[in-house]
Amino acid sequence: MVRFIVRRLFQMAVVLVVLSILLFAWLKALPGGPVSAILGERATPARRAALEAALGLDQPVHVQYFRFVERALHGNFGASTGVLPGEDAFQVFLIRLPATIELSFFAILLAVALGIPLGYFAARRHGSPVDSGAVILSLIGVAVPVFFTAFLLKYYVAVQWNLLPVSGRQDASLDATRVTGLFVLDGILTQEYDAAWDAVLHLILPTLALATIPFAIIFRITRASVLDTLDADFVRTAEAKGLSTRVIRGRHVLRNAMLPVVTTIGLSLGGLLAGAILTETVFSFPGIGDAIAQGYRKRDYAVLQVLILASAAIYVVINLLVDIAYAIIDPRIRTR
Amino acid sequence: MGVDAYADRRKDRIDALAARSVDDSPGVSLIASAWRRLRRNPVFLLGLAITVSFVVLAVVSPWLAPYDPAANPLIDQVRPQSNPIPGPEPGFPLGADDRGRDLLSRLLVGSRQTLIVGVLATVFGLIGGLVLGTLAGALGGWVDSVVMRLVDVMLSIPSLLLAFTIGALAARPSQWTLIVAIATIQVPVFARLLRGTMLAQRHSDHVLAARALGVKPQAIVFRHMLPNAMGPVIVQATLVLAVAIIDAAALSFLGLGNPDDRQPEWGQMLGASQQYIYDHPHLAIYPALCIIVVALGFTLMGESLREALDPKSRR
Repeated sequence: MVRFIVRRLFQMAVVLVVLSILLFAWLKALPGGPVSAILGERATPARRAALEAALGLDQPVHVQYFRFVERALHGNFGASTGVLPGEDAFQVFLIRLPATIELSFFAILLAVALGIPLGYFAARRHGSPVDSGAVILSLIGVAVPVFFTAFLLKYYVAVQWNLLPVSGRQDASLDATRVTGLFVLDGILTQEYDAAWDAVLHLILPTLALATIPFAIIFRITRASVLDTLDADFVRTAEAKGLSTRVIRGRHVLRNAMLPVVTTIGLSLGGLLAGAILTETVFSFPGIGDAIAQGYRKRDYAVLQVLILASAAIYVVINLLVDIAYAIIDPRIRTR
Repeated sequence: MGVDAYADRRKDRIDALAARSVDDSPGVSLIASAWRRLRRNPVFLLGLAITVSFVVLAVVSPWLAPYDPAANPLIDQVRPQSNPIPGPEPGFPLGADDRGRDLLSRLLVGSRQTLIVGVLATVFGLIGGLVLGTLAGALGGWVDSVVMRLVDVMLSIPSLLLAFTIGALAARPSQWTLIVAIATIQVPVFARLLRGTMLAQRHSDHVLAARALGVKPQAIVFRHMLPNAMGPVIVQATLVLAVAIIDAAALSFLGLGNPDDRQPEWGQMLGASQQYIYDHPHLAIYPALCIIVVALGFTLMGESLREALDPKSRR
């Protein structure tokens, strides 16, 4: 087990090194080069020259790369030029992170809570109209662009019927106390329940929009996995032994069928950020995704840099945790 | 009841079994048996019908559209303050956009650019993945490690963020930025898939036989392994096409699109409609519905192809 974790940690380090090289090459290839990336495109020539010398752009490429890594390790990516002008780019990431964590948490919770039971139910009724209907519905769920789902929810539920807030994370007039930056948790911790409730109301529509794709994926993987397991020899053996249906389904089928589902949940956590870019843009939800979209539109390369590195690092760490969890659940993985 | 009766019953059952298994006799190839199942699969037929109509529409739409999509016959009725979007009227069943251009014509002709963007992005992604996956799968060893770490890095960046980083490299956005950005997202998907199928074949009997016969490694890779790996890759390509069309719309929506809108494209129309989205939602809903139907068509076709070609599902 220790050897497995060490090997995966080593792979993770290699991925991060390759990523830093690519990111360095990306900065050099940007129109205007790294100076524009830090100062923005409208800096004066004098400031540009000063920064070029400070960054050591007159040095050989490998020296430049190591300087870049050094700055990155210190969290020094320069100041934001567009998203939150003047603010340190790494601070922008930290300010925006809790909103996306909160949104992703509820979205994945919803997707799991609906996807696994529905997938199991559809597999048990394999070939029935209920099963086919659920499969077609999940295919439609994947075919509808996330931002269109978000728009429809916003247009009808929030704008036309006026049932839920249109945008943002919380009503500013509540003046809620901040503790963790996770507004629902903050409201509960400080016992400002009206603030927590308001944050929940703001989260409902973005969560629904963001959950559609992971729900469709988790549903389909669960269904396929349960179908496979129902056919497995050990299930037939269990039936032949005369075990009760409840024991077979609970202990033999469901447990074994959950293995691929665990991986899928881990992987869709990473994919969630792509959906968050669209969802947060539609609902003006001030998280990482919204920062990425604005960063591109406003050519804020300092912020984009941090967000690329950070989201890749988060994804890699989540993957490592999923792999370790998987190795604990299924001992066969460790020897591979 | 004697032993004979029992034997007869068994014979009947064996005969029945033999009659049923004719379907899967060695004479029927995987593709032939897959086609036989697909022909009766309503999901596949629906997907095929949508896909074929979409491609035909993309080809003939310039002759089908009542107006030139770049012309603005209703420009006189556009009032920026009171009436920015002219509504439907005789000859213009869906009305016009904010520049007085016929919406129906733009939707019809838009199918062409949408198809071009989707197909080119998929083809470029496929070529990139083919090169990387073949290198990794065929050579193995350190090449495999390097390529797979590169693929891991690409997968570790959220797809749309990766597309943005590619888009940011272009000094001026164009349709090609969009195509290259979407193709890049698809490269790791194809590379992984191809590497997997190639690796699985490295120890299979037909490759072993070819090696024993002294076939050159190059010929083994290109003539024996690659053609066998293409089935799943082509199925994946139909699914990726749907994703490419949806992603193109998403990127247009976020501002990474072709600013030149004389040649309409659904994703771009959807992106451009944002300005008027709350007062005139139909500007967004029509192109979005087109995208959903087409993406669904490719997905239904791809999914049923995958199921039909999967040996596990041949029951």
